[in-house]
Amino acid sequence: MFIRRNTLLQTAAAGLLLGASAFAVQAQDTVKIGLIVPMTGGQASTGKQIDNAVKLYMQQHGDTVAGKKIEVILKDDAAVPDNTKRLAQELIVNDKVNIIAGFGVTPAAFAAAPLATQAKVPEVVMAAGTSVITEKSPYIVRTSFTLGQSSTIIGDWAVKNGIKKVATLTSDYAPGHDALKFFKDHFTAGGGQIVEEVKVPLANPDFAPFLQRMKDAKPDAMFVFVPAGQGGNFMKQYAERGLDKSGIKVIGPGDVMDDDLLNGMGDSALGAVTAHIYSAAHPSQVNKDFVAAYKKAYNQRPGFMAVGGYDGIHLIYAALQKTGGKADGDSLIAAMKGMAWESPRGPISIDPETRDIVQNVYIRKVEKVDGELYNVEFETFKDVKDPGKTKK
Amino acid sequence: MSADHGVGEISLRRARWGHGETAFWLIAVAAIFVFSDRYLILTEMAWLGLFALSLDLILGYAGIVSLGHAAFFGVGAYCAGLLAVHGLVKEPVLALVVAGGAAMVLGFATSFLVIRGSELSQLMVTLGIALLLRELANKFSDITGGFDGLQGIVIDPILGLFAFDIFGKVGFIYCLVVLFVLFLLARLIVHSPFGLSLRAIRNNPLRAAAIGIPVNRRLIAIYTLSAFYAGIAGALFTQTTALASLDVFSFERSADLLLVLVIGGAGYLYGGLIGAVVFRVLQDVFSSWTPQFWQFWIGLVLVLIVLIGRERMYRGVLWLPRLVMRRMAFPGRSAS
Repeated sequence: MFIRRNTLLQTAAAGLLLGASAFAVQAQDTVKIGLIVPMTGGQASTGKQIDNAVKLYMQQHGDTVAGKKIEVILKDDAAVPDNTKRLAQELIVNDKVNIIAGFGVTPAAFAAAPLATQAKVPEVVMAAGTSVITEKSPYIVRTSFTLGQSSTIIGDWAVKNGIKKVATLTSDYAPGHDALKFFKDHFTAGGGQIVEEVKVPLANPDFAPFLQRMKDAKPDAMFVFVPAGQGGNFMKQYAERGLDKSGIKVIGPGDVMDDDLLNGMGDSALGAVTAHIYSAAHPSQVNKDFVAAYKKAYNQRPGFMAVGGYDGIHLIYAALQKTGGKADGDSLIAAMKGMAWESPRGPISIDPETRDIVQNVYIRKVEKVDGELYNVEFETFKDVKDPGKTKK
Repeated sequence: MSADHGVGEISLRRARWGHGETAFWLIAVAAIFVFSDRYLILTEMAWLGLFALSLDLILGYAGIVSLGHAAFFGVGAYCAGLLAVHGLVKEPVLALVVAGGAAMVLGFATSFLVIRGSELSQLMVTLGIALLLRELANKFSDITGGFDGLQGIVIDPILGLFAFDIFGKVGFIYCLVVLFVLFLLARLIVHSPFGLSLRAIRNNPLRAAAIGIPVNRRLIAIYTLSAFYAGIAGALFTQTTALASLDVFSFERSADLLLVLVIGGAGYLYGGLIGAVVFRVLQDVFSSWTPQFWQFWIGLVLVLIVLIGRERMYRGVLWLPRLVMRRMAFPGRSAS
């Protein structure tokens, strides 16, 4: 008798527990993603592209993965790191988000890093490109790119293609320094020579005086890095100063020839050779579909920032699928490590050791296709890892 | 005004602690318990309030306009950050005072430039100083971390007892206490003969000089004090967020500060505090409502505030509390 009563009690208890856990599961049926990007201020175009791409992906793939409803909470940090930090903290503490994502500039990604570690929340970096970001927390994963990836490649390419003397023009902040350092290392190691080195201020730059110095130095080519969004202004002044007729070609990482602005740059951009991870003209079916869908939805061409956002949200979806809906930080990060897929930019994967992106880097030349300017890829460097980490 | 209502007596009466003020601070304390999930934005209000208070000291009381108050905020912020990174002064309260002191030194040094000119040249000079400092911080990136900001700031527990938590409760209470103490000090100062002499200078510097007020010395003193306050606000910012990056010097920060003071009103100390609360609430509401276009709505509200006029708005807001107070003070009248 006694035993039976005991089992009865046990059954009741088990039933209660089951009920409780069922209730708990119900409460956790949504996975929340805090998307923190600059929607206002100088970096607004980055935020808008990422936001667009995330929305597009969710339209295409539905908002449920592995039985979980995905909810994205969009916040504007205007690329100011203390905003980023506050928003990330509020999203984690109040909104109980499972993942934070976005991060238009490096300081913003840095600001959120300690929170990601403390709260064990994955931080998916969709834009910021300084090499060391992923080392700031074991919960950071990057789906954009690092400047080292593109800058080393263009350095090697320049040496191989008979460019001897280069003048450099880079924005004076961490990604610009990264770009310059990696380019210089590879270019001078191959026997190239840097004849002039200028750093331009990041905010509202007037390139004219710098361009005059470039012209006077008479290099074979000029290496240019300015952040996405400033390329249009740069090329305009480049043409105004007559550099397009001086035979000094523009080379560099692809930020300056962002697809977003490329078409407005005019013919002075023709022939510029850049190394980058994405071109809207990438000849794959996945990309053609992506570009068509993006153009249809937003009436403009997607740039590499949009692709970073598109791949970022895909990574989150794929990781959730792999964990079967388990949305705690450790499981998600474990699932994201080593993940490989076909992105609009080509095949990419997440390095299991550094949680940084491994991807092809393409050498492209600006050409006219159907009356529009495109970066046409003509050489591919396969599976490039971030050189900032492989060196160590 | 009869003879027995002299200036001294009027100012004494004004200096008396009112019911409204008690209520204001009680509400601030109550916020600790009521808004327990919004500590971070409350913290921002507290240091922004202190920052606005420092601008109010020079703008509202001495008539010095500034578009570069972020200079002192930034110096305080970087100073507190560097002290923490290099472990020079570990204890936050002490670091706060040191950071305020650093800003004060800069304030004293630049005050000679600022008080020389008219309002327009004051705007230019203060703006220039802030821009200079920003560029310096950018150039000396091995010290300041440049555009990426200062890395690796870890703030020790306050007085060795209260560690900063992820919810920001300790941070908010810390900011609130500092704000309250410095507010009391500011209140004491502006109601002192020194404060009265400042107002005399603001109203008419020539006449003030004629009755024997050392105009320049007084202005230098208040400008230096204001820099100290701004430095403390900056240090609070760094200590509660563990961040210090170039935008602490940004023009937007100085301009926002003027907006805060425009919203709250200058020249009665509470303006900065009320302005900070209203500004942050507006920002928060609009930016979560429409992350893309919130600046438009903030602009619209500002235009409306100016059009309606602050006085009229306050009359509306304070109508009920005033009514209650009056009834409580004179219960007989309500029957009539």
